[in-house]
Amino acid sequence: MDIVAELLNGSKLAISRAITTVENEYDEATEIMQKIYPNTGKAYVIGITGPPGAGKSTLTDKITKEYRSRGKSVGIIAVDPSSPFSGGAILGDRIRMNELTMDDGVFIRSMATRGSLGGMSRKTAEVVKILDAAGKDIVIIETVGVGQSEVDIVKTADTTLVVLVPGLGDDIQAIKAGILEIGDVFAINKADREGVERLNLEMEMMLDLDQSETAWRPKIMRTVASQNQGVVELVDAIEDHSTFLTQSGMLEKHRFERTRNEILAMLDEAIKIYLMKKVAGSKFESLTTEVNERKNDPYSAVKSVLSEVLK
Amino acid sequence: MEKRIRVLVAKPGLDGHDRGAKVVARALRDAGFEVIYTGIRLTPEQISEAALQEDVNVVALSLLSGAHNTLFPRIVEMMKAKGLDVLTIGGGVIPDADIPGLKAAGIAEVFTPGTPTEKIIEYIKANVK
Ligand SMILES: Nc1nc2c(ncn2[C@@H]2O[C@H](COP(=O)(O)OP(=O)(O)OP(=O)(O)O)[C@@H](O)[C@H]2O)c(=O)[nH]1
Ligand SMILES: [Mg+2]
Repeated sequence: MDIVAELLNGSKLAISRAITTVENEYDEATEIMQKIYPNTGKAYVIGITGPPGAGKSTLTDKITKEYRSRGKSVGIIAVDPSSPFSGGAILGDRIRMNELTMDDGVFIRSMATRGSLGGMSRKTAEVVKILDAAGKDIVIIETVGVGQSEVDIVKTADTTLVVLVPGLGDDIQAIKAGILEIGDVFAINKADREGVERLNLEMEMMLDLDQSETAWRPKIMRTVASQNQGVVELVDAIEDHSTFLTQSGMLEKHRFERTRNEILAMLDEAIKIYLMKKVAGSKFESLTTEVNERKNDPYSAVKSVLSEVLK
Repeated sequence: MEKRIRVLVAKPGLDGHDRGAKVVARALRDAGFEVIYTGIRLTPEQISEAALQEDVNVVALSLLSGAHNTLFPRIVEMMKAKGLDVLTIGGGVIPDADIPGLKAAGIAEVFTPGTPTEKIIEYIKANVK
């Protein structure tokens, strides 16, 4: 099977195999990514985050159906944490999306974080590219966010949707933890419950305090995902943000930044690997001994290693 | 990054509760597997399609309603038609007399109620492709 050609044709088997190849870092992973790269950059990427059980998957299901009715194809990456003890994971987001499974315009993949912090797997951004190259118009990433761990999604998504629920009692805490700063659009989900007004008011107040000088004021929407209420308006709000980014030139700016960061991150890793190969060995061991016995200091040691390696 | 065994735990058919499937799902997670849990009342079409999109190594089917003789083989067939080659195992209330027929239809092993989860884990580790 010519996995790249079939993937670009939208073959689900090829998409699926390519994701596995990248996720497990098989030998062909780099080659696949190199070949599909020219076909990426077309999909609009939406990140959905929020506390456990807020209704992110239910909302993802409904948002996807709304995009489908607007004629868009959708790729979904549902990320759940790996157990730090066993390394295993239960990936349960699909439960809320079973109706999408038989829709040929939708592809859903569950991923475990596999030890990476920040809410996403280290490979999520690459899976976005695979779905993008396969022709999906919209790519949605669902991650669990608890406080400060959802920063990664902001770096990958064009629009970040933060899902909150009323009546948790820790509304202010969530706000403090920085969740407000990352949202372009907010959904107060489970709006059928008490406490909606209060949460809405608190959030508006926090947004008023925000000093940053972006021209976009995050929108606060209300949804009852389980009853498909407020979803059309929510998707409209996401589209408004998308239009804003495009017209202000910020989409291009953000994507340029993202590309730069990607190259830097890959360079960083490549240099690290190169350095460790060069540095490792008995010479490094004896240098460590010297420093440990206070015959040398770590600052001078680093200097001497660098001048040796970079000769 | 090391490879992880991915298992789809699915409940075809109309029976409504999934306590057993959840216990198995948790045990598999604790054994280091990545478990995709899809909930109850799925059609063979949905299960085979989910197996495709998730690129799982193992599909674990659980059924209490007695329709295993038709549903299990249909799922195996549909996965084959999609080009998948996965280890498919079954569990639930399954009479001994039905087991040879299920195995002939491509169900690799059948675990009846009361099987310790360690046995399932061992079996998967030994037989996964
Ligand atoms: N009352 C009410 N319940 C809802 C609403 N939206 C979702 N739920 C329910 O909330 C529960 C959790 O929903 P999920 O969509 O799985 O939430 P999640 O945020 O994806 O959960 P995790 O991925 O486990 O963090 C389910 O039982 C949903 O049916 C809503 O608007 N109102
Ligand atoms: Mg979820």
